[in-house]
Amino acid sequence: MMRGILDIDALNVRFTGRNSHFDALRGVSLSLEQGRILGVVGESGSGKSVTGLSVMGLLPQQASITGGRIRFRDQDITARTPRHLRGASIAMVFQNPHAALNPTRRICDQLSDVIQAHESLDRGAIRQRVIHLLESVNFPDVSRRMGVYPHELSGGLCQRVMIAMAIACSPSVIIADEPTTGLDVLTQKAVMDLLFRLSRERAMSMMLITHDLGLAAQYCDSIAVMQKGTVVESGSPANIFSNPQHAYTQRLIEACTTMHPAQPHPAGKTTSRKRRPLLEVSNLRKRYANGHLAVDDVSFTIAPGESLGLIGESGSGKSTLSRLVGRLLDPDDGAISFEGRSIGTIGAHDFFRAEQRPHIQLVFQDAAGSLNPRFTAFDSIADPVRRLGPARDPGALRHHVEKCAADVGLAPALLDRYPHQLSGGQCARVGIARAISVDPKLLILDEPTAALDVLAQSEILALLERLRREKGMSYLFVSHDLHIVRMICDRMVILQNGKIVETGNCEEVFQNPRAPYTAQLLAAIPHFRPASQEAAAATGTEFAGS
Amino acid sequence: MSMMQTFRRRIGARALASLPALLGVIVFTFVLMRVLPGDPAVYFASGPNAGQAEIDGLRHKMGLDRPMPIQLAHYVAGIMTGDLGNSLTTGQPVMHDIQARLPASLELTLTALGLSLLLSLPLGIVSAWYANSRWDQCIRTLCTICFCIPPFVSAIFLIYVFYYIFGLVPDPTGRINIFTPLPHDITGFLLVDFLLTGDPAGWREAAGQLLLPAVTMALFVLSPLTRMTRASLLTVMNSDFIRTARAMGLPTWRIVTVYALRNALSPILTTIGIVFSTMLGANVLVEKVFSWPGVASYALDALVASDYAPVQGFILLMAILFIMVNLLVDILQGLVDPRVSME
Amino acid sequence: MPSLTARWMSPAARFFSHSPTTGIAAGATLMLAFLALTAPWISPYDPLASDVPHALQAPGPHHWFGTDELGRDVLSRVLAAGRLDLAIAVSAVGLSLAAGVTVGCFCGYLGGRLDRLVGRVVDVLTAFPLFVLAMALVAALGNSVENLIYATAIINFPFYIRVARAEVAARRHLGWVEAAHLSGNSTPRIVISFLLPNILPTVAIQASLNLGWAILNAAGLSFLGLGITVPTPEWGVMVANGAHFMSSGRWWLVLFPGSVLMLTILCFNLLGDGLRDLLDPRTRT
Repeated sequence: MMRGILDIDALNVRFTGRNSHFDALRGVSLSLEQGRILGVVGESGSGKSVTGLSVMGLLPQQASITGGRIRFRDQDITARTPRHLRGASIAMVFQNPHAALNPTRRICDQLSDVIQAHESLDRGAIRQRVIHLLESVNFPDVSRRMGVYPHELSGGLCQRVMIAMAIACSPSVIIADEPTTGLDVLTQKAVMDLLFRLSRERAMSMMLITHDLGLAAQYCDSIAVMQKGTVVESGSPANIFSNPQHAYTQRLIEACTTMHPAQPHPAGKTTSRKRRPLLEVSNLRKRYANGHLAVDDVSFTIAPGESLGLIGESGSGKSTLSRLVGRLLDPDDGAISFEGRSIGTIGAHDFFRAEQRPHIQLVFQDAAGSLNPRFTAFDSIADPVRRLGPARDPGALRHHVEKCAADVGLAPALLDRYPHQLSGGQCARVGIARAISVDPKLLILDEPTAALDVLAQSEILALLERLRREKGMSYLFVSHDLHIVRMICDRMVILQNGKIVETGNCEEVFQNPRAPYTAQLLAAIPHFRPASQEAAAATGTEFAGS
Repeated sequence: MSMMQTFRRRIGARALASLPALLGVIVFTFVLMRVLPGDPAVYFASGPNAGQAEIDGLRHKMGLDRPMPIQLAHYVAGIMTGDLGNSLTTGQPVMHDIQARLPASLELTLTALGLSLLLSLPLGIVSAWYANSRWDQCIRTLCTICFCIPPFVSAIFLIYVFYYIFGLVPDPTGRINIFTPLPHDITGFLLVDFLLTGDPAGWREAAGQLLLPAVTMALFVLSPLTRMTRASLLTVMNSDFIRTARAMGLPTWRIVTVYALRNALSPILTTIGIVFSTMLGANVLVEKVFSWPGVASYALDALVASDYAPVQGFILLMAILFIMVNLLVDILQGLVDPRVSME
Repeated sequence: MPSLTARWMSPAARFFSHSPTTGIAAGATLMLAFLALTAPWISPYDPLASDVPHALQAPGPHHWFGTDELGRDVLSRVLAAGRLDLAIAVSAVGLSLAAGVTVGCFCGYLGGRLDRLVGRVVDVLTAFPLFVLAMALVAALGNSVENLIYATAIINFPFYIRVARAEVAARRHLGWVEAAHLSGNSTPRIVISFLLPNILPTVAIQASLNLGWAILNAAGLSFLGLGITVPTPEWGVMVANGAHFMSSGRWWLVLFPGSVLMLTILCFNLLGDGLRDLLDPRTRT
């Protein structure tokens, strides 16, 4: 048997409810070796976070370890992880750094709390250590800003503080549970590079828990793939990618958009840019009541049948822009015209009776949240048909809805279910069926796959691609993910702080980005290059001021 | 330094923001005076047989024949100078009566609030710490029951049990036995004045009188305070940063005090503000049952006697107290939670 | 693992089996409603008929709850009072619910300056000593059952605006509301047929809790001699009246109306808490 610094052996964890129970982990065995990085990859509910929490002894009250062993060095910590180990020898970095820090305590005090909990030092020495720690995580302007509260910092900086807390007492193991979830693309890369560098510099072992196989492949020495509470496959990234054994791993790799440079979009050449554009947006501007200028002088066009990608990080104004075009929000300035007729001047509250309403439809990011909890899937799909379509008798309506459901691959039996009885992927299909039920000419897709698991994501993308070919719709595809846009779109527009920084054919942008921001975004995409991995990792540069 | 400045600016802004509320109450009481049945001039007239001429003269003298906006302006000017009119029943200026009776009401309300906090905070903490245990269930049941007993019912039963049956407390009428010499009036709070004048016997006497009414009120507001303490603490205990603190190996006592309690304080403070306001209302009932010589019973007596100037003064006083308490809660809120002071 | 019995039970029944208190409270509330509705037929005596020779009798076989100083049967009076108090509470809560939810829904949905102003006013009002406000209103309007209802409705009104406003504002930007726009629904339609059904459960909880509070207020005002006055049987009036006889050991004059009043409030509160658990177990406090 392997002897690592941290060994998990046939671990079973059970959650007990009022009159039911659920085995979150079923015989999980993992071994973390000294100075190495182990990636634990799985979808939500696979038990990867529970594994991390078990090691820390932080399982919620209703969960208990029902079998197996956890050993740290030569100590059995299955039943209880002693306080002197937590934070000092095994530390943890959590996702959602804003919530993970105490909102009413200065960050320097939170750091000294950790040091005081494990070492007896005088105040001066602690202060020195805090400054040193913040410097080592590249926290900017330490002496002036160490006294701030977490809410005054960005998510990326909070995560740096969190990492500083984790390394405060030089632990030998760090468990990083989705450390980049909820952060922007550029910040994600910076945080991962920082964790990687610290782990190598200090010879710390790290368990990286993530849903992103590509990310794990880029940074880890070995990977364990988890599904439904068991480890289905483990090995080095190169082995797993070149020769996946388990069917689930194979599907994950296939679905992993970041792995293989997506094939250039096939339908791209068919559209003629000579024809009158379907949608023309010029000099659009939107300022919110709080003074934030969300969209600043944005112009673009979409030709009939064309698919335009809109790329931006959170806060870049891409969601605002999609709602302006979808006529859910009124612009402050600028024009929107659809098939040559101005629609930007019709108020959002009156647009429901405009003749263009059926032609512009939107698919939302949070599929489950975009369905009325009191409507069945049938009602949700039928609602726009009733309001916008020609009058139909109940039989014809039923027939039409079933046809739309069939188009998106939704079984007729599911139509009578309520949203909470559907899976995320099924909800996404209902949302798409609703949008296409009135045969729109322009479909705005606002991060339609962001809330989905990897596998469901790839299915939905394939579905969208097929629908566009069959129905000849135009897409405005909003996403933060360059790879997905490359798969779906002909051209892309890149937004930063409400302004367009680059527009162009997808392939051209990928090959030859003109704006520096685009180049940064491209560099931040995790890519796994088995041969050059070590070199890339060693020189991993960080973007300052995340 | 800049922190202190934003803090001070915040207090100023809050004080300004409460002005419209105050103005609203002033207008409300003004309208109320005009709506209330009866013509004030008739009351001030010499007798039931006063002629129309005399009443009209009085109306003119009292300004009742002038346009409403001018009357309102006079009314506001009166309030500014502390002139709330005269009480018909006591024959004194309302301002004077209120000044004399306010300490009694405040002593009762503040004692009750203190008692209630002393009980509810520990109960809430125990309830949250042992959530869903038998202790928790007992405490929650107790709270629900306390919340459902109207204060006038619980007051009568407390008197029945502790005075008539067991005789543990003195005759439950008034603040003090009429034969006990009153202390020199320093603050108006009997307990404080007895202490300052060094009269332990008098202090015990006053405390005995205060006990039942204060307990009645404290029981009535026990439930919201305990429930909020429990809920707020539970939310905080389940939050991510407590998990972080545990993952970093912080000692339990430090997690509870510095991390949990400190963060749970803010909603509890808000609830204290609301509870204080509820107590101002419950005061009316409790003061009536215990013949407590406070402002509420004063207003109630006046109301029954159709003497409306004290009622108006009382409502204004309640509004001012309420605004001051909210301001205080706001200020404390800013101290407790750095996110609030940032706006 | 869900047991076999749980499978065929309706969700409500399953919930009551987990939370017997709520079941009991629901049963007791139905019982109270029944007693209130049938009071004139099941009362053993006329609640207003005095019978001086039998004044101040302790509870016994003829008068289960005893008699008062005029020899009126306390049981009959408690029943009649329940009818009156429940009617007051239900109509006051109904009035304020209808008005408050309408105002709150539209304010919350439309947002903007008016909404902020309404929100500010409601915040101030809900924190105000409302019992004092009710006193002033009844004094101004005059003593009558209708005026008591109006005063109680007015002090309940801001709570419904607040609940409806907060619930709607929380949903205003959700995907399904935006989707309703895309599907061609007008604003009133979205508020009425999309938002309203979704916020009704929360409003129902508020209503249940407010029924108890409304009764407490109505009885409190009557206790002070405002709103309803002697000889009309009302719980607050009866307690006020009975208090004079406490010193001579006639406890039943206060005990019966007082405890029935308390039980009624308890039922409404337990029911409200139970409904809240049913709706969202996380908000349990």
